[in-house]
Amino acid sequence: MSVSVRRVRAIFRKELREYRRTRSLIVAMAIFPLVFTVQPLVAVVALAASASDSLAHEHVLLYMLGIPTLVPVFIAAYAVAGERQQGTLEPALTTPIRREEFLLGKALAALVPSLVVAYAVFAVFLTLVGLFAQPGVASALIQGPDLLAQVLFTPLLACWSIWVGISVSTRSSDVRVAQQLGVLASLPPVFIVVLISFNVIPVTPALTIGSAAALLILDVLGWRLASRLFDRERLITGTR
Amino acid sequence: MDQQTARADRIQDGSLSPADGRRGPALSVDCLTKRFGDRVAFEDVSFEVGRGEVFGFLGPNGAGKTTTVRTLGTLVAPTSGSATVAGFPLTPGHGMEIRRRIAIMPESPGLYLRLSILENLECFADLYEVSDPQGRIGLALRAVNLADRAHDACGTLSKGLRQRVALARALLGDPEILFLDEPTVGLDPVAAREVHELILGLRERGVTIFLTTHRLEEAERLCDRVAILNTTLRTIGRPDELRAQLFSTALTVRTLVAVPDPGRVFTGLPGVDGWHQDGPAAYSLTVSDSAVAAPAVTRALVAAGADVLSIGEKQHSLEDVYLELIDDDAVAARS
Repeated sequence: MSVSVRRVRAIFRKELREYRRTRSLIVAMAIFPLVFTVQPLVAVVALAASASDSLAHEHVLLYMLGIPTLVPVFIAAYAVAGERQQGTLEPALTTPIRREEFLLGKALAALVPSLVVAYAVFAVFLTLVGLFAQPGVASALIQGPDLLAQVLFTPLLACWSIWVGISVSTRSSDVRVAQQLGVLASLPPVFIVVLISFNVIPVTPALTIGSAAALLILDVLGWRLASRLFDRERLITGTR
Repeated sequence: MDQQTARADRIQDGSLSPADGRRGPALSVDCLTKRFGDRVAFEDVSFEVGRGEVFGFLGPNGAGKTTTVRTLGTLVAPTSGSATVAGFPLTPGHGMEIRRRIAIMPESPGLYLRLSILENLECFADLYEVSDPQGRIGLALRAVNLADRAHDACGTLSKGLRQRVALARALLGDPEILFLDEPTVGLDPVAAREVHELILGLRERGVTIFLTTHRLEEAERLCDRVAILNTTLRTIGRPDELRAQLFSTALTVRTLVAVPDPGRVFTGLPGVDGWHQDGPAAYSLTVSDSAVAAPAVTRALVAAGADVLSIGEKQHSLEDVYLELIDDDAVAARS
């Protein structure tokens, strides 16, 4: 199967143009990062230097993986259901575009802004911690394995959320329902991250890479699930 | 109408073919059926559409017109039967090749309302992988008289203008076959006339047009042939052929005052098969040949001392044909 880069780019560019002009998506893309940044930032900045010992056994940074999980699912859940709701899906599907090209364009359009937001917020968070937190707290917080996990998990969790969001979106004709269900369905891998954050599962480079590999497999399965659920006939006629 | 008839004849004998010189019908449909579970959308539909033909597809709501278009446009898989579209068999393996050669303008324009006209067309030019997209977009915009509004957001356009943008979008890929699903529904008469002119322009360029419509005068004006669908195909042919098939030729006679003994005047005249009174001083005569009957009727009326106001051939419209067939179906369904 050959994929036309031009058609993927057409969907990608169209999506970004639409997102820029869709207030609800802009608000969602702003609110989730704020929620996942402000509270830990305030907590960390307020910590005394004596707290650094206990902090060394926690993984507060991983809390921020909520951003690449929730931001893209919100966008991806809009991808197909939004088009159905607007009546724009049928004209797009009457063109020579393949299902895979359509989904790749949609997925990339959710992935790129999500990664930009997630990494940018992470960088800002680290900078502010470095500037305003007690020196001992900053060094206890910023640990090598956590940074590796953050860098690796961000795109992998985002991809998982995107495929979940698109899968839910293909089965829903209402954008809000799709977004709510999408958020719920994307949470299980986050549960693993939460266990790591609370040191239930100790973070080591080997565990991080192993988890990343598992997420990669989940991403591939998610892509296949989304492709399978994307049925032109059902999407157009609402039957079958 | 004579030009239209001559055109339809040329399409049927194959002498009117598109610029690419390929022969064979643009669409060939054989016993095509689509069911959604127990519900029949359309059944056992067979027809051919010649290249360069404007083919009207008429039928009441729920008759299966839109599903037929979606099936031929590879959006919906047929339950049974076969078809070729633009020379390709209607099978899943040929979906992309078919979609490259056709364009469908659905009933609802389906534009991205937050994007400008230009942005909408840029997206679709890339989806069709059009070479020289800007040039092609310019041509399409000029064809629908929207070149000066390219940067307007689609959400700010009237329904008529949105329909024109949808038509421009359909033209981007330079389709061999253009499916227009109720292109003038909801448009005011001026906007509808503009769409008609665009369709006539496309016809001149040799584009095969498959037009579904409720507007019978639209079909009569634009289409070389029409088919009437009511789940099954009820009839197909040129509008004049269908009228001739369903209705006998009739003359309408009007006199200043009622003819005292019309039976004596009209009975036995050459070419006149029967008559009935259609009003106080109006008569409808069933004739086998109006060219023979009309002069004979005129002479007989003058001989009887009647003051003749008018004698004319009764015109049955496509609407009469449509209503006759659809009413038959309704009666059959009730019984």
